[in-house]
Amino acid sequence: MARVVVLGGGVAGHTAATFAADWLGKDHEVVVVTPNSKWNWIPSNIWVGVGQMSKEEVTFDLAPVYQKAGITYKQAKALSLNPEGNASGDKPFVTIEYTGQGKTGQSEEVTYDYLINATGPKLNFAATPGLGDANGLGEFTVSVCTADHADHAAHEFAKCIEKMKKGERQKFLIGTGHGMCTCQGAAFEYIFNIEHELRKAGVRDLADMQWISNESFLGDFGIGGLHMKRGGYAASSRLFAESLYSERGVKWLIGAHVNKVEKGKVSYELLDGSMGEEEFDFAMLIPPFAGVGLKAYDKAGEDITATVFAPNGFMKVDAKYDAGAYENWKASDWPRTYQNPTYKNLFAAGIAFAPPHPISKPMSSPNGTQIFPTPPRTGMPSGIIGKAVAHSVCDLIKKGPSAHLHEASMAEMGAACVASAGKGLFDGTAAALTVYPVVPDFEKYPGLGRDLDYTFGEIGLAGHWIKHILHHLFMYKAKLNPGWTLIPE
Amino acid sequence: MKEIEKYVKPYDASFTTMVPTNFVKFFRTCKIWQLFRFIMINIKMLIVVRKSH
Repeated sequence: MARVVVLGGGVAGHTAATFAADWLGKDHEVVVVTPNSKWNWIPSNIWVGVGQMSKEEVTFDLAPVYQKAGITYKQAKALSLNPEGNASGDKPFVTIEYTGQGKTGQSEEVTYDYLINATGPKLNFAATPGLGDANGLGEFTVSVCTADHADHAAHEFAKCIEKMKKGERQKFLIGTGHGMCTCQGAAFEYIFNIEHELRKAGVRDLADMQWISNESFLGDFGIGGLHMKRGGYAASSRLFAESLYSERGVKWLIGAHVNKVEKGKVSYELLDGSMGEEEFDFAMLIPPFAGVGLKAYDKAGEDITATVFAPNGFMKVDAKYDAGAYENWKASDWPRTYQNPTYKNLFAAGIAFAPPHPISKPMSSPNGTQIFPTPPRTGMPSGIIGKAVAHSVCDLIKKGPSAHLHEASMAEMGAACVASAGKGLFDGTAAALTVYPVVPDFEKYPGLGRDLDYTFGEIGLAGHWIKHILHHLFMYKAKLNPGWTLIPE
Repeated sequence: MKEIEKYVKPYDASFTTMVPTNFVKFFRTCKIWQLFRFIMINIKMLIVVRKSH
């Protein structure tokens, strides 16, 4: 009997674990190690953050689902890997520390035959003074990164609406809280959902809406923007983004590195090197992501973290990490199998794998401050990668070490994305987008980097309906209800 | 066009963007048109999803 250990129970980890358990059956064991007791459909946190959904609607308990799937569930966080075992044995293991199940604080060594690292990111609030610290979110801003954060944001937002109903003007500042953030799309959704709710509450005229982000142009979204066919042109996402911001009365500040957050005020540096300040009454700033800080040790106990993980804490996989400057980047730099090059029974999926380089062009201010979006690895690509990795591991177990590994390069896959711009069955809107491929391939598609036949987008009520249906569809799938394997990632 | 009158200011950043007219905005929430777009977007997305797996 082989044991597959999956670290993390998010989109990538949950997908990998549930498919592995389904494909391996009872002959082998699948173990999930995650510090959370609940699964969270993160895209709907946006609606929790404006009070349009409860956090219970976007989460469910993992324990009964894993029991149903025959998965061993350990509510714990991983601390370190010993891919060669230790002095007392050759069996590789991961050291975990429980965060629940009545064993909080207890440590355990969990041996494995194959390990899938899908821990997701550490929300690095501490990277920006005032945005938070090592314990998480600070006191001056809100977040929608977790269901609890979003619930807190909704309460703070409700207080603002109350003040506005009494005639008090409020300023909303939404965007990224550091020069090296990703997930601009989540902030994009949040600012337009805030704006939509203010309209519904009849207080929009008392709101000043301000966007701040590290993108060098609006509509970059960490993927270097995209182009769509419209009116006989291949039009840039910048045109559509700027159009929406203008239409909704949202001012934008881009190329910004937020370097300090204080009560009611952020300080920032722009790509041109200038410094500035922006005041706010309500701010939601996405933190930068980092690896969760897993350590790795060899058999002798020597620290080999730098061998297994990149400096940012994400796990090294089969990517080309020495591509160099932007001009040298190729689609083939991106990983295909997500297998660790040193330890062949280690894989990474979702945000946990170390990308070879960003997708957006790196930029820095004259002061040397790096200000550009880091690459997104969430949503559909995350699920597809998790499934491909699970498939590879299952084949390695069933067919032996010479089994062909399954591939899921972000430079060869597309992604469908639905960005809400306001919730409402008949007055809601969302931008429905597809991009193909996620990582532009300028050799295959010279000029724009993507296939214009499969890259498109439009905003409207249909997009909102799709986002709402996807919420229920993916909650259904994640609960492993009948037919769950038929629903694509 | 109320939004244009309210939010777009000459030589502000919003002045050089394209802004939707009432015609475009009407169709964004026109239920019959959006039902058609719902079907079309789903077909397009399913093609991309199929190509990506």
